[in-house]
Amino acid sequence: MHVKIHDLIVIGGGPAGLAAALSAWECGVKDIVIVERDKELGGILNQCIHNGFGLHYFKEELTGPEYASRFIDMLRDSSVQVKLDTMVIELTDDKELHVVSSTNGYEILKAKAVILAMGCRERPRGPIGTPGTRPSGIFTAGQAQRYVNMEGYHVGRKAVILGSGDIGLIMARRLTLEGSEVLACVEIMPYSGGLARNIVQCLHDYDIPLYLSHTITQIHGYPRVEGVTISEVDDNRNPIPGTEQYIECDTVLLSVGLIPENELSKGANIAIDSRTGGPIVNQSLETSVEGIFACGNVVHVHDLVDYVTYESSEAGKSAAQRILKIASSNSADITHSITDENADVIQLINGNGISYTVPQLIDLKVKLHNIEVFFRTNRIFGKSTIHVKAGNSELKRFKRVRLTPGEMEKIVIDEDTLRQCISKGFDEIEVSVTEDPASEENVHFPVEKTVTLGEVL
Amino acid sequence: MTELICTVCPRGCHLKVYPEENYRVEGHQCARGEKYGQEEVKNPCRIITSTVCIEGAEHPRCPVKTNAPVPKQMIFNVVKTLNNVCLRSPVKAGDIVVENACGTGVDFITTRSM
Ligand SMILES: Cc1cc2nc3c(=O)[nH]c(=O)nc-3n(C[C@H](O)[C@H](O)[C@H](O)COP(=O)(O)OP(=O)(O)OC[C@H]3O[C@@H](n4cnc5c(N)ncnc54)[C@H](O)[C@@H]3O)c2cc1C
Ligand code: SF4
Repeated sequence: MHVKIHDLIVIGGGPAGLAAALSAWECGVKDIVIVERDKELGGILNQCIHNGFGLHYFKEELTGPEYASRFIDMLRDSSVQVKLDTMVIELTDDKELHVVSSTNGYEILKAKAVILAMGCRERPRGPIGTPGTRPSGIFTAGQAQRYVNMEGYHVGRKAVILGSGDIGLIMARRLTLEGSEVLACVEIMPYSGGLARNIVQCLHDYDIPLYLSHTITQIHGYPRVEGVTISEVDDNRNPIPGTEQYIECDTVLLSVGLIPENELSKGANIAIDSRTGGPIVNQSLETSVEGIFACGNVVHVHDLVDYVTYESSEAGKSAAQRILKIASSNSADITHSITDENADVIQLINGNGISYTVPQLIDLKVKLHNIEVFFRTNRIFGKSTIHVKAGNSELKRFKRVRLTPGEMEKIVIDEDTLRQCISKGFDEIEVSVTEDPASEENVHFPVEKTVTLGEVL
Repeated sequence: MTELICTVCPRGCHLKVYPEENYRVEGHQCARGEKYGQEEVKNPCRIITSTVCIEGAEHPRCPVKTNAPVPKQMIFNVVKTLNNVCLRSPVKAGDIVVENACGTGVDFITTRSM
C-alpha cells in the first residue's frame, strides 16, 4: 500500500493541537493534518463553559468555547487539514499512524514530524479505592461537566464532591446554579489542589463547606447512592477512627486528578517521566523519539490554558524547524535521541520542594535560547526563593510570595546562564525552593523583581 | 476589617480590606488587586455562565454568559431568567439571549456559534 508522507500530523484537536498546528503553519509548513477523535475541534474547552480563560494570552476573560473558537477561526484561514471523528489507535517510532473512522475505515498515515496533543483523562474511582457499594450516581467531575453543559442531563439533586481540583470546584458552582444542593467538597490533603480564585468563586460564594484533610471512607446505597461517610485523616492520610460523619446525598463527583493520556506514546517507545506521567521532553518539546514532539496536558497537567497555548506554539515551531531542515538538506542527519546515554544534554534535577520540571532536560544540539522552565512544588511555601544551581554555585535565584502544588510556576533560565554552564562542563542544573525565614520579610531583596501576573495583564 | 483572597490573577494574594479607613487595602501586589479588594467589599459582582436549551444544533445545550458582572446577591434570580429560553440553530456567539436580566442592565449572550 502506498502511504503518502505528510509534513506534520498533530494528534488531538484541543487547544494544544490547535496552537501547535497554527504555529507550524505560520512557520511555513503547509502540509499539516490534525487528527481528532471527537466530532468537533476544541477538546476539553467545549465543556468548560465558565469564564477565566485567556487572561494571559488574549488579555481578556473568555469562556472555554470562546477561547477555542478564536483558534478554530484562525485555522479556517489556513491550509491545515482536519480529520474529525477519527481516532489514532497506534503510533510507531518511525512516525506511522494507524487511524480509524466511520467514513474511511482503517487507514495508515505517515509524517515527517508528529505532535502529540492528546490531553489527559480523569482518574476514576478504581485507583483511589473508596470502599462501599457500587451504585449509580458516581461520576468523575469532567464527565458530569460534559453531561450538564453539553448533553443537557441533570446528574443529581444532592451532591458531595471528592477532591478539590479545579474541575470539582467548577462543578460545585455549576450544580448549585442548576438547582442542586452541593453539601460538601472533601479534600484529603491539608490544602486545596485548585486555584484560589475557584475556591472563592465556586465554594465561598455559595457557602459550600470545604473539608481539608478529610476523605470519603464509605459510599452507601444501592442501586443509587444514598449517602457517604466522611472521615478526617492523619498526616499519613489514614482515616482517624471516631471522626466519621454521615452525609445524605444521591450523587458523588470525583475530582481526584488527571492523568496524561499516553497509551499511544508508550506504543511508540517514547520515554515517559513517572513524575509527570507524560513524555520526557527537551526545550523544543521534542520527546525521546526524534521528530515526535508533545505539548499541552499530554506532557503535564496545566491549570491555565494560556500556558498550554504558549507551550504548544513552541512545539509547533520546533516541529516546523525540523521539517524545513529536512526539506533543505534532504537527509536525515538530524537524528539523535535525547535519552541516549551519551547524548549531549543538561539534566534538570528536582531539588528540595520541587516535584517536577518541564522540560526535563536541555538538549545542547538544539540552538540555545532563553528557556522557560515550568514546575510544581510538592507542598505549600510562603515567601520563598527558587534557586537554580550547577555544581556548587548558584546561577540564579527568583523570589516568590507563595508557591502551592495547585499552581504551576515558571522561571526563565537565560541563554547566558546556560552558556556559562556549558563552558564549565556541567551536565546537571538543579532547581530547588527554600522558604525565607520570617524575619526576612522586610529586608530589601537585591535579586531580580518578581513581576506578578496582575501587572502583566 | 475583611480578609479576602484576590481572584484577579492566579497568584491569589491574601488581602486585608479596612472599610473604616476609606477601604484601605493591604497585601495586594498590584493595582488591580487593590481595586478588586475595594469592590469586593463594597459591591461584589460576578460574571455568570450557564447553558440554555437549543434546537436543531449538534448539541442540545448552548453556552451563555452575562456580558457584564452581576451583583452577587442577584445571581440566583438572574439565572432563573434562563429557565424558559429555547433557542433555534443557527445562533452566533454574542447573540443576546435575555435582555436586561432582572433589571440589572446586564444581558445574557451566547458564547458559541451553533
Ligand atoms: C474542567 C476543566 C476546567 C478548566 N478550567 C480552566 C480555566 O478556568 N482557565 C484556564 O485557563 N484553564 C482551565 N483548564 C485547563 C485547560 O482547559 C487545559 O489545560 C487545556 O484544555 C488542555 O489542552 P489540551 O489540548 O492539552 O487537551 P484537551 O483539551 O483535552 O484536548 C485533547 C484532544 O485530543 C483528542 N484525542 C485524544 N486522544 C486521541 C486519539 N487517540 N486520537 C484522536 N484524538 C485524540 C481528544 O479528543 C481532545 O479533543 C481547565 C481544564 C478542565 C479539564
Ligand atoms: S493583587 Fe495583583 S498579583 Fe495579587 S492576586 Fe491580585 S491581581 Fe494578582
